[in-house]
Amino acid sequence: MAQAAIELIGINKSFGAVRANRDINLEIARGTIHGIVGENGAGKSTLMSILYGFYQADSGEIRVGGKPASIKTPNDAIALGIGMVHQHFMLVDNFSVLENVILGAESDALLKRSIAKARSELERLEREYGLEVDPDAIVEELAVGLQQRVEILKALYRGAEILILDEPTGVLTPAEADHLFRILKQLKEQGKTVVLITHKLREIMAITDTVSVMRQGTMVATRETKKTTVEELAELMVGRRVLLRVEKGEAAAGDVKLAVKNLTVRDSRGVTMVDDISFDLRAGEIVGIAGVAGNGQSELLEAISGIRRAVSGSVMLDGKPIDLTGAADPGELRDRGLAHVPEDRHHVGLVLAFEENENSILGYHDDPRYLKGPFLNIDAIRDDARDKIAKYDIRPADCRLKTANFSGGNQQKIVLAREMEQDPGVLIVGQPTRGVDVGAIEFIHKRLIAMRDQGKAVLVVSVELDEIRSLSDRILVMFAGRIVGERGPETTEGELGLLMAGVEHRGAAL
Amino acid sequence: MSTPYAKLPAWADYGLIPVINLFVAFVVAGFVVLLVGENPFRAAVILVEGAFGKGTGIAFTLFYATTFIFTGLSVAVAAHCGLFNIGTEGQAYIAGLGIAVVCLAFDSVLPWWLTFPLAIVASTLVGALWALIPAYLQAKRGSHIVITTIMFNFIAASIMVFLLVGPLKPAGSQAPQTRNFLAGAELPKLNWIIELFGAKIHSAPLNVTFLLALIMAFLVWLLIWRTRLGYEMRTYGHSPKAARYAGISETRIIITAMMISGALAGMMALNPVMGDQHNVAIDFVSGAGFVGIAVALMGRLHPVGIVLAAILFGMLYQGGAELAFEMPAISRDMIVIIQGLVILFAGALEHMFRPYIQALFASFSPRSVGMEAVKGKGA
Repeated sequence: MAQAAIELIGINKSFGAVRANRDINLEIARGTIHGIVGENGAGKSTLMSILYGFYQADSGEIRVGGKPASIKTPNDAIALGIGMVHQHFMLVDNFSVLENVILGAESDALLKRSIAKARSELERLEREYGLEVDPDAIVEELAVGLQQRVEILKALYRGAEILILDEPTGVLTPAEADHLFRILKQLKEQGKTVVLITHKLREIMAITDTVSVMRQGTMVATRETKKTTVEELAELMVGRRVLLRVEKGEAAAGDVKLAVKNLTVRDSRGVTMVDDISFDLRAGEIVGIAGVAGNGQSELLEAISGIRRAVSGSVMLDGKPIDLTGAADPGELRDRGLAHVPEDRHHVGLVLAFEENENSILGYHDDPRYLKGPFLNIDAIRDDARDKIAKYDIRPADCRLKTANFSGGNQQKIVLAREMEQDPGVLIVGQPTRGVDVGAIEFIHKRLIAMRDQGKAVLVVSVELDEIRSLSDRILVMFAGRIVGERGPETTEGELGLLMAGVEHRGAAL
Repeated sequence: MSTPYAKLPAWADYGLIPVINLFVAFVVAGFVVLLVGENPFRAAVILVEGAFGKGTGIAFTLFYATTFIFTGLSVAVAAHCGLFNIGTEGQAYIAGLGIAVVCLAFDSVLPWWLTFPLAIVASTLVGALWALIPAYLQAKRGSHIVITTIMFNFIAASIMVFLLVGPLKPAGSQAPQTRNFLAGAELPKLNWIIELFGAKIHSAPLNVTFLLALIMAFLVWLLIWRTRLGYEMRTYGHSPKAARYAGISETRIIITAMMISGALAGMMALNPVMGDQHNVAIDFVSGAGFVGIAVALMGRLHPVGIVLAAILFGMLYQGGAELAFEMPAISRDMIVIIQGLVILFAGALEHMFRPYIQALFASFSPRSVGMEAVKGKGA
C-alpha cells in the first residue's frame, strides 16, 4: 500500500458529556478514495471537522504525509493541503464563479491580478480533471451539480492534495452523481487523495478503494471495498442484520381516495412551482413521487395538506371536493382523514422545544380525547404518548423528554406514530427517511407498507430513488413542476434518472 | 451533534445559574460603587436592609413587586406566543383611564369590594383593546408588533396628557391629575399581614392587588401549560410553521395572546392608582412596563420565576431609594446602573457561565447531566 496521506491516532472528542469520537485510529493511503460510512450521530462529521480544524481533539495525534500536524483552524488545514466540500455549500450566491474561487485567497486590492491568475488556473484544472464550469457565470444561476464543482475548484485552487467530501450526492441527480464520481476518479489518478463521507452504501461500493465504518463514536472496521458487501457494511453500521429492501406483496388498489386535477401552486415569490398537475391516489396503494429536490414536490405536498394555498385546480378527498385554493386548512383536512408527515420535521412536523408527549398531539390537540373542557387532559395525553412509544419502539422511552434530545430516526417515529395512529384514510409522507439511520429506515418502510396493506392510500415523496423504488406501487416523476412520467417500480434507475433530469424518454429519438 | 452541551439538573438550571449571574452583577455593581468612593459592602447592607430590614421596607418592596408581576406576566404571555410586546407601558397607562372612569363614577356610591371588580374589568378591557390594534395590524397586515406597540406607547401617553390636563382635571386644580378618589375606590392595605410577623409599619402602600397579582401568576401558569389555548400559543411561539401545520389560525392566536397580554398590563394600573395614590396622575406607570421585560426574561417566562424576579426588582427599587438617601454620592442614576447590570448579567448574558457549570457537573457525575438520555440508542 502507498504511503499514508493522513494518519489519525487515538483521537478523542467529547461535547459536554457526549463522547462523539472515542479512540479513533485511521490511516488513509495517498492516491486512494477512502469512504467513511456510519449512521447519523456516529461521529463521522465530528472526525472530519477535527481534521479540517473546526474542532480540536481532546487527545490524539494527526499526521499529514507522515509528519505530526497541528490543525487549529481551517487555514492550518488548507496550508497542509486539506480541502473540504461541505454538504451545504459555502458559496456567495450573487458572486461569479471566479469571485467565489478567489474569496479569501485574494492577493491584490483591485483583484485584477488575482482574477487573471484564477482564470488561468481554472483553465488548467478544467483540462486536467474535466471540471468544466463557466468562470464568469453567477453562482445562483448554476445547477446544484455545477455549484458543487465550484466548491471542488475552490479547494483545488488552494492547493488541496486531500479532498474531503461530506455527503456530496444528497442534492444531485443520478447523472450528476455519476459525473461527480468520474471527476473523483480523475483526481485519484492524478495522485490526489479523496475522503468521501456518506450514508449511501451503493456509492461506497461503486467508487471507493477502502471503506471505514463508524458506530457510536468508534471506528468499528476498515475494509477493502472489493472484499466487502453492502450487507456486511450495513450490519457493521447498525450492529445487527438489516433488511435493505423490505419485502412486500402485490398491491390491491381499490377506490380513488384522492383525486388531484389541474393543480397549480406558486411559491412566495410568485414562481409557479407546481404546474397543472393531475393524478389519482387509490386505497391500498403506495404512489411514489420521484424527483430532484426543488422541482415542486415540496409545494405539492404543502398544497395537498392545506399548508400552502393553491392557485387553481380541484382536489377530491373521498369523492368530496376540498377547496385548496380557499378556505381549507390543515385542521379540516385532518378531520376528513388526511394525515401528513411533513418533509421538515424540525420546523413543521415537531416543535423541538416541546416534551415528546406534547408533540404526540400536535394537530390533534382539539381532539376531545386529549381535552377536559378548555384544559389539556395531561394524564390522557401522556398515557397515549406512552402507548405510541411502546408500539413504535421510540427510544429513549420517556414521554417527558425534550423532543430535540431524540435522534433523527426517533423524531421521525414520533411524527409517524402520531399520524398513523389516527387511522387516516390517506397518508401523505414527505422524505420519510431523511436523516434517519439505517435501522429506523427498515422500521419506517415496514410501517408504510403495513398501512398500504390495511387499505390506506399512501403518497410518498422522496429524493432517494432507492426508497421510491422499494416502496412504490406506481412511480410519478416530477420535473420543473410537472409530472413527466409514470412508471412501475421495476423501472431501472437509469430511466428514472433521465426523467428526473428532464430528458423526455422518446426511445430512438434520443 | 445537535446538542453540544448536555442538560443540567433542574435545580442547577433554575436555581444555581440565576444566583451566580446575580452574584456577578452585584460584584460588578460593587466596583461601580467603589469608583464613586463609597464602601460597596456598606452599600450592599443598606440596600438589603432598606428592602427587607424593616416592616415598612418589606411592604414597599412587595408593593413595587406587585406592579412588576403584572407587567412581567404581560410580557411573558406574549413572548410564549413569539410576540415581543413592548407596549406593556402604554397598555397599563391607558388602562388608568378605564379605572378613572369606574372610580370617579362609583366611589361615592359603592363600597371598595364592588368598585374593585368593576375596575378590574375596566382596566383589563381597556388594556386588551389597546393591544388589539397592534395585534390586528400584525396578524392581518404584517406590521411588526415591536414597532406598533412602541408607537402605541407614545399615543397612549399623549392621550393621557390631553385628558389629565383637560377633561379629567377638576376645575381650578393646578395638578395634572384626576380628583382624589373617595373611600369607595380605596383598596385595603395588606400591611397587617407583615405586622402578624411582628414587624412594625409606619405607612406603606402594599394592598390587595398583591394577592390579585399572585392569583394571576397562577392563572397564567394554568393558561400556558395546562390549556389548549396555551398549547396553541406555545406552538406558534416556537414555530409558526408547525402551528400552520397543526391547523392553528395565525390571526386568532396572535390577537388572543396580545389581548391577554394587554389585559394583564392593564391590571398593573390598579396597584398604584387604587392602592396608593387614589387618583390617576401623569406618568403613573413610570417605566414599570419596561421593567416588566427584564422581569419576564429574568424569570425565564415562568410565573414562579417572574414573581421572584419581580420581588428582586422591587427590592432594587425600595433598597435603591434608601441607598440614595443614606449615601448622597450614590444618586438615583446609580441605582439604574445597578438594575442595568442585573438585567445584563441575568438576561442578556444569561448563558455566560453555563458551559463551565456544565463541564463541572459532567466531571463530577455524568449521569446528572442526562448523558444516558442523550446517548439513547439510535432506534
